[in-house]
Amino acid sequence: MSNQSETMGRIGGDEKGPESGDLMDRRGFITAVVGVVGACYAAAIGYPVYRYLASPVEEAMAAGAVKEVTLPKEAMDLPQNSALMFKFGTRPALLIRHEDGTYTAMSAICTHLGCTVTYEPDQKRVFCPCHSGVYDAVSGKNVAGPPPHPLERYEVEIRDGQIIVRRS
Amino acid sequence: MGKLLSEEVKERKSGAVARIYQWVDERLGLSEVIELAKKKEVPEHRHSFWYYWGGITLFLFLVMCVTGVLLLVYYRPGDEAYESVRQITYDIKFGWLIRSTHSWAANLMIGAAFVHMFSAFFMRAYRKPREFTWWSGLVLLILAMVFGFSGYLLPMDELAYFATKVGLSIPAVIPVLGPWVADIIRGGPEITGFTVSRFFALHVVILPALFIPILIFHLILVQKHGMSVPDGEAKDVRTIPFFPNFAMRDLAIWLITLNVLALLAALFPWKLGAPADPLKPAPMDIHPEWYFMSSFQMLKIFGQLFPGAVGEFLGLAVFTLGLVLWFLIPFFDPKTEGGLRARATMYFGLFVLGVLVITTIWGYWALPSTK
Repeated sequence: MSNQSETMGRIGGDEKGPESGDLMDRRGFITAVVGVVGACYAAAIGYPVYRYLASPVEEAMAAGAVKEVTLPKEAMDLPQNSALMFKFGTRPALLIRHEDGTYTAMSAICTHLGCTVTYEPDQKRVFCPCHSGVYDAVSGKNVAGPPPHPLERYEVEIRDGQIIVRRS
Repeated sequence: MGKLLSEEVKERKSGAVARIYQWVDERLGLSEVIELAKKKEVPEHRHSFWYYWGGITLFLFLVMCVTGVLLLVYYRPGDEAYESVRQITYDIKFGWLIRSTHSWAANLMIGAAFVHMFSAFFMRAYRKPREFTWWSGLVLLILAMVFGFSGYLLPMDELAYFATKVGLSIPAVIPVLGPWVADIIRGGPEITGFTVSRFFALHVVILPALFIPILIFHLILVQKHGMSVPDGEAKDVRTIPFFPNFAMRDLAIWLITLNVLALLAALFPWKLGAPADPLKPAPMDIHPEWYFMSSFQMLKIFGQLFPGAVGEFLGLAVFTLGLVLWFLIPFFDPKTEGGLRARATMYFGLFVLGVLVITTIWGYWALPSTK
């Protein structure tokens, strides 16, 4: 078998010749073809498997790509100095009604390690219980603890007696 | 200059690969395995084709493991079983293909295992010293059929529901213990979400835990004793090296199997029926998977000949007797030269094969939808 291969391997050119490095002999050609066909098979198997596993991720991305959320009418009854958790797409968000009656909406996902934050009315701050991160309740700015970035702020609009929250 | 540099890089690379290989080899003894593989020879004769069927069965089992794990990602046993399979089939991207591949691989695997078993039988590969290879192979085939039976219920569509209902009524005819055994398997007098959960545990934990060690045992025995050479070919048999010659052919056949499987799974996707509803009558063309069709039809025949539970009990007794005889074949025909017992065994094998094929065809032909 090996003798045959060696004999066949020389068909493409003299191995000791000056051009042997540039010319592809039969063995090299077969190796290349097997490699390409193998890669095609790997892709033909790998692609459906990847799409299968990524299917819920794709769905969540599509659901999370919302730009605007209309909150239920009850949100208008939110007492002053309190907050309401709601879903902005697939992710938790926070609507805060301040003492002066104004509203602020922001992402409720801590920018440190992704825990869900909470509004603390007594201290009028947004707090992350996981690592004691503190955010400003009006601006969403990270003011103490490990969070590296402010919370994402959303625009709040009141239209026809309903609160509409949208991405800035 | 460029050429010199590229050669230098190549050399360095091969040096690094060689060092890594040496590091691993010193710890795992890879060279010994390679030396063993180089020395191993496989007989080659006009019946060599049948040697590949064990490998095909093994390959399909590996496909089933991979696709089974993928299905586990979304499958939810219990009352949500049907909905989760509906999601896999219609909502999850390529879920239909994974499920279809799993189902087709299951059927092809059992088909390949039957071919492997009958080829081993007719080549008399059950004789000394391969008795344990024969017995372990039979246990693997029975376990594979239980895999099929337990997997059939998991989608919990109406065909699966009624086929399992019929299937589980068979052990119920065993005197005294039968009804109790059937209730324990079902998790109650009826097939419910509890049954699905039990079958799921059986399908993904208990059966693999039994199957894999026996499979390893079977493969070790195949390596230990080598391929059996049939009587007529034993003299001056030619051999080929296992590696690379036989291994490459095996690989090529695996590739063909993969292509056939992919075509079947893509062109004939496995269907999902309506959700199981115990208040609905059983579908007209209710039938088990093809590998149970023979026993299904034989039970029907026994039922017509001997009405009532007697027929089913007799049918079950005949299957059990046939299976016991099939297990005991190595004791009945232990000699290597052809004689009376060898011929009787051959006729017995042909009779069993004939009965299986005829009753399977008869079973499909007798379905109401084919009339």
